[in-house]
Amino acid sequence: MTEITLAKPVARQPRQGRATPGKKAAVTLKEHVVEIISDSGEGAQRCGQALGAIAARMGNGVWTVEIIPAEIRPPARSVAGASGNRIRLGTRQVTNGGDETDLVVAFNEQVLLGRVRAGELKPGCIILLESMWRDDADPKVADSYTETYERLVASGYNVYEVPMERECRAVAVDARRGKNMFALGMLCSIYSLELQLAREQIALTFGKKAAAVVKTNVTLLDAGYAWAEGNLDFKYSIPAVQASEPQIVVNGNTALALGVLASGMEICAMYPITPATSASHYLSDVFEKVGGVVHQAEDEIAACAFAIGASYASKCTVTITSGPGYSLKQEAIGLAVMAEIPLVVVNVQRGGPSTGQPTKAEQGDLFTAMFGSHGDAPKVVLAAATIEDCFYSIITARRIAETFNMVVVVLSDANLATSQTPFPRPQFSDAWVAPPIDQSPIPPGAKPYDWDEQTGLARRFIPGQANGMHTVTGLAHDRLSHVAYDSESNEQGLRARSLKLAALARTLTAPPLFGADEGDLLIIGWGSTKGTIEEAVERARAEGAKVASMHLRFLQPLPPGIKEAMSRFRKVMTIEGNWSDRPEEELIDETNRRYSALAMLLRARYLVDVDCWSQVRGAPIKPATLCQVIRDKIATLGQPR
Amino acid sequence: MSTATTECMIRLYEERHQLEDYQSGVPRWCSGCGDNAILAAVQRLCRDEQLRPEKTVFVSGIGCSSRFPHYMKTYGFHGIHGRALPIAEGVRMARPDLHVFVNTGDGDCCSIGAAHWIHALRYNMNITVFLHDNQIYGLTKMQASPTSPKGLKSNTTPHGAYLDALNPLTVTLGVQNVSFVAQTVDWIPEIVYDVVKAAFHHKGLSFVRIVQRCPEWLPTLLEPWLHDPLKVKLLHHEAGLAISPSLAKVYKNQERHDPADLDRARAVASSIDPIPVGILYRNPDVPCYEDLRGFGELRSTARIRAGLEAEFDKFTVWPQGSQGTPGHAT
Repeated sequence: MTEITLAKPVARQPRQGRATPGKKAAVTLKEHVVEIISDSGEGAQRCGQALGAIAARMGNGVWTVEIIPAEIRPPARSVAGASGNRIRLGTRQVTNGGDETDLVVAFNEQVLLGRVRAGELKPGCIILLESMWRDDADPKVADSYTETYERLVASGYNVYEVPMERECRAVAVDARRGKNMFALGMLCSIYSLELQLAREQIALTFGKKAAAVVKTNVTLLDAGYAWAEGNLDFKYSIPAVQASEPQIVVNGNTALALGVLASGMEICAMYPITPATSASHYLSDVFEKVGGVVHQAEDEIAACAFAIGASYASKCTVTITSGPGYSLKQEAIGLAVMAEIPLVVVNVQRGGPSTGQPTKAEQGDLFTAMFGSHGDAPKVVLAAATIEDCFYSIITARRIAETFNMVVVVLSDANLATSQTPFPRPQFSDAWVAPPIDQSPIPPGAKPYDWDEQTGLARRFIPGQANGMHTVTGLAHDRLSHVAYDSESNEQGLRARSLKLAALARTLTAPPLFGADEGDLLIIGWGSTKGTIEEAVERARAEGAKVASMHLRFLQPLPPGIKEAMSRFRKVMTIEGNWSDRPEEELIDETNRRYSALAMLLRARYLVDVDCWSQVRGAPIKPATLCQVIRDKIATLGQPR
Repeated sequence: MSTATTECMIRLYEERHQLEDYQSGVPRWCSGCGDNAILAAVQRLCRDEQLRPEKTVFVSGIGCSSRFPHYMKTYGFHGIHGRALPIAEGVRMARPDLHVFVNTGDGDCCSIGAAHWIHALRYNMNITVFLHDNQIYGLTKMQASPTSPKGLKSNTTPHGAYLDALNPLTVTLGVQNVSFVAQTVDWIPEIVYDVVKAAFHHKGLSFVRIVQRCPEWLPTLLEPWLHDPLKVKLLHHEAGLAISPSLAKVYKNQERHDPADLDRARAVASSIDPIPVGILYRNPDVPCYEDLRGFGELRSTARIRAGLEAEFDKFTVWPQGSQGTPGHAT
């Protein structure tokens, strides 16, 4: 067996004592990180999602992250095959996946090993492990189980063997498939969640199926609950703050798709790519109900061109993709910029370059989004910072695209795409929805690119408008949209397209500071790291660190007030999920260091010595890691002058 | 009453479009370029069909042929190399009320945009596509294209093209859902017009290949076909083109071909000498993708809101003890 990478041994907790039902005192916790992992197809995902929903209904803060194997059907009982959910439960609102796991339910020891080796489990954490493998008919399986079990125990993990399958078989026929609900029952007992809420959640989850299915699952849930009550010697309670407003619980990709619905856009053209595709899966299911169409094109280029054609002739459209697909669209995006056709392009970023890490989170596409295509191709770049933001960003993007006749790129990433946390149910506004297209006749003499001197804006002529006939072109053109090779017309076009960004910037407001208005260190971030950065800042401030943070949603154009805010701190650094050279490397110095994208941008824009810290490990940055980065950085600053 | 009728007649008269209502600028194609013949036929079609210029869109890619929209006084979209078809598909999907045409060249359609060509045939959206096939890259100055004959000397094949030419007709006729395929040559204007007209009237993707001369780079390539009428085979049928007596006198090589016969169409299509001219295949029963998608229904804000609230209901976590139930969002 491959060696387990294990943390320092810690004192083992007693774990065999059989609890007396009803006599356990629940230990009150502020938060806990729970994982449920299994082979794919065993339902750990569903168990995790249900747990999150139940805790959310109790009023707890919840953040769930999918644990997804890279392959569709990895072999059963394989280290790389862990499939499931990680749920961070808290008293307050939870904004990120948190640190290492405190408690894990594993359906076999191999998937568990995968998590141990990834360093995801807290030293000494509680493990509830399916024990059926101990008596497996295959001696290899039994030996592997026993050996792993003993090493885990020796390494200080608090391992409880749970005969899940045996207990399930006592109440249900298909014990293997129902184990997830047994696990849910155990977790409800462990975290003192209301069993009745769990039963309701099951009814909701399986509501479309036969009543018998619901009944079986509720029976399994009850069995798991009873087993934990009777056999586990610990119990927790995470006090909840009752939410007064309805919340919706979706992942970032579903939020994006809901944003498309809400924006009034009518056409989404896409090509399948991970991790963006689930947004289109969901949209394909619901868009037609409100008169929309998801067109799966023959390739990424066609998807973008189709969207541009539809935008040109009607309302703004959207194309949704991830990194490699975004690269393929570049030429077409340049066309939309040149012809000033509104377009929303969503890039759910993944690890790169090339095929990279398709299911993992990275923030590597900022420069591609800003400077992609060829020549000077100004476009608007927004980055969703939260799951809620994924919803509203699309609505904002559509409005900007149609107001300014620009391409608006919305960046999300794999972290937001597959995580869930409740946010207030949006209150519908008529202003979200795209108005009907203008089909009134064009006044005589009006020009299709009559760029405003100050803002660069021009009214768009849409096919169907009498007297507006003209040919849009990707060639340099004049105000009449005639191909123009003269230098004057070319410069006028470039100027107008660039000015639109400046005009948009004038409508933006300064991003707020989190923590303090001045101090030693200002952290600036963008995208999915917001929750983690703010939690780390809060922890560091509690220790006395004079640190604050600012999070950017508009990356191009940048909002006002950034330089002024930076001037009130002794040091500024960005935190990003993309590559930056480590200053301690022998070959790296100040003149050749490749900074993270936002740091490079801020340095160039504001002539401020902005530092950066970044991590590209395919997993979300942990708040504890960041907290240490903050401490270390402040320690290098020395005493204030 | 009579006044109203008169007004109506005046309006009709006023709205009658003349040829110049579709003409824009002086084409910058070379004298003798086959593109001019296509432009003349298409402008005549627009006039004869009285297409409203504001309801008509010509979409093109890049290349000599793709300058076409600039010379039409309609809406036009001069796009990027190879992508005219997906752009036109987007226009068609968004706007069932527009007439959508595509002008594309042999490099544009059969090389850089070949994937879109195959899939456009399969989608079978109601678009009229003109493949301006001069068998050479003209705008970039004489490079071999996929339809260049084997042995053709060009700037990228100075010792002669290495491969046999791709036959756009047989490729097209091999794709599932193909619904209209025709071929013409630029030097018989009557046939160019008849084919263009038949293509326009077909509902679905009408694919017309126009074999055309490039006087600049390949001035002699098609000479044998021009000089010997027997090297052109006219296809005629009650369900296809009718050949005028004057034309029949010159072009004696004829075949009665039923456009419903796909097998025969494929056999006819594979001939380069004589070159078949006319309607090779037509199937009016292939469904159009835009119709299958049922797009274009009225989308009111109220409908969008109702759909959205129904989706929110699926994902809403109501506060414990609240009276909120699905479907009763505030």
